[in-house]
Amino acid sequence: MAGQSNHELSLFSAEELEFIAEDEIVDIVPNLKMDPLCLVSGDFGPFTPQIVTQVPLWLAIALKRRGKCSIVPPQWMSVEKLTQVLEEERDSQEMSEHLPFHYVEISRLLFDHARDNIPDAYMVRSLIEDIRDVRFHKVETDLEGFNGFTIAVKIKNLSAMEVNIVRPFIGRALQAFYKHDSPELIPDPERVSERRPQVAQNAPRRQLRR
Amino acid sequence: MASRSVDGEQSTQAEDDYNAMLSTTDVELLKRAWRNEKAAPEILPFQSDLIARVREQIELMEETVEEKSTVGTDPLSVSLYQMDLDRTLFLLRSYLRIRILKIEKYMFHIRKTEELWNRLSKDEKFFTERCSDDLKKHLEESVLSKLPENYQSYERQSIISEEDDMIPEPRLDTFVLCRSKDYLTGIQLGDGPVDDRSKLFEMEAGVLYFICYKSIKPLVESGKIELLMMTQN
Repeated sequence: MAGQSNHELSLFSAEELEFIAEDEIVDIVPNLKMDPLCLVSGDFGPFTPQIVTQVPLWLAIALKRRGKCSIVPPQWMSVEKLTQVLEEERDSQEMSEHLPFHYVEISRLLFDHARDNIPDAYMVRSLIEDIRDVRFHKVETDLEGFNGFTIAVKIKNLSAMEVNIVRPFIGRALQAFYKHDSPELIPDPERVSERRPQVAQNAPRRQLRR
Repeated sequence: MASRSVDGEQSTQAEDDYNAMLSTTDVELLKRAWRNEKAAPEILPFQSDLIARVREQIELMEETVEEKSTVGTDPLSVSLYQMDLDRTLFLLRSYLRIRILKIEKYMFHIRKTEELWNRLSKDEKFFTERCSDDLKKHLEESVLSKLPENYQSYERQSIISEEDDMIPEPRLDTFVLCRSKDYLTGIQLGDGPVDDRSKLFEMEAGVLYFICYKSIKPLVESGKIELLMMTQN
């Protein structure tokens, strides 16, 4: 189960993001017969061998671990689709809109638990990694455009994990601009404590200082 | 999420129904409340009705699981029910815990600000009272009573302070990540007279923005803007 990230209230831990992503719906092909499940989070099933049904990812993984189903990978997780997305990402400074918000977490969970259900798993994995790299590089270059007039930042098609990585940086940067712009704000000890780096990724910070 | 199913049309229909249902379940609402609470610098109104309903559902489900395991239902489905229950319990606990963290941090401020005080549940009020009384007593007994008379208040640095400068307050000028369901316009950024700084700002639907919490506070309270991240639409 996801861990609490209580140091910095407004940050989501990677586990919490995974927890949220586990509610995404996937198709599974069960190989057992089971009555419908009437859960707090919704009704799922009935489960009949070889008949496709839709369940949240956590349920799919639970069944898969017990060998009770195979998971149908989502459409965007095919070599063909991902190659397209990668090209798109490389061609334009805009973020592609063809990936789900939780693509990092979903693909990671599927690789960990249902690798044998993903055709060309090796290719798919390396494509997703390439896409991540390209996208992150774009975020970094976008951040160089920051200046004192930035008062709000618009983020289009950024995924959950990417948002989480840049959040501490953007938040602090905007806050610094805001603070230097408002001389009436006196520094207090709390502000100092917030300055400690939260996320291992501090690449964007270096980018900006140049 | 993309789905491939045996019968195309039927499955889209089912999916639509399914999505509509998902967006209204109490668990989904609880998840939204949880994300907002986690993201907002100050304490938000306690979702008393929602929490009462979720608690009820959890109790019911606990009974069901109990019953199923004694009757000897398929252990697999029992464990799935249990997992679902655990997930909901996690959300509920995490929600309550974030609120308690905020209360512990800002108890004096919450206690003296009526607007914030009214946002607490009955139990939280009780907790805040006990907690702040104890802390006050502790501060007074261990340090303040030994200081010169002018410096004995737990609220102020000294009696010449003009305001309660020793009470931690949440920082509302912090930046949060948010997303609006509809197109919004005329949001005022920054305060003071309308100059370059306080341009009116517009928000496109569904796009993520980093923005100063203070300027969108009323919109968060009215539910027009959701903080932080949403799962897929």
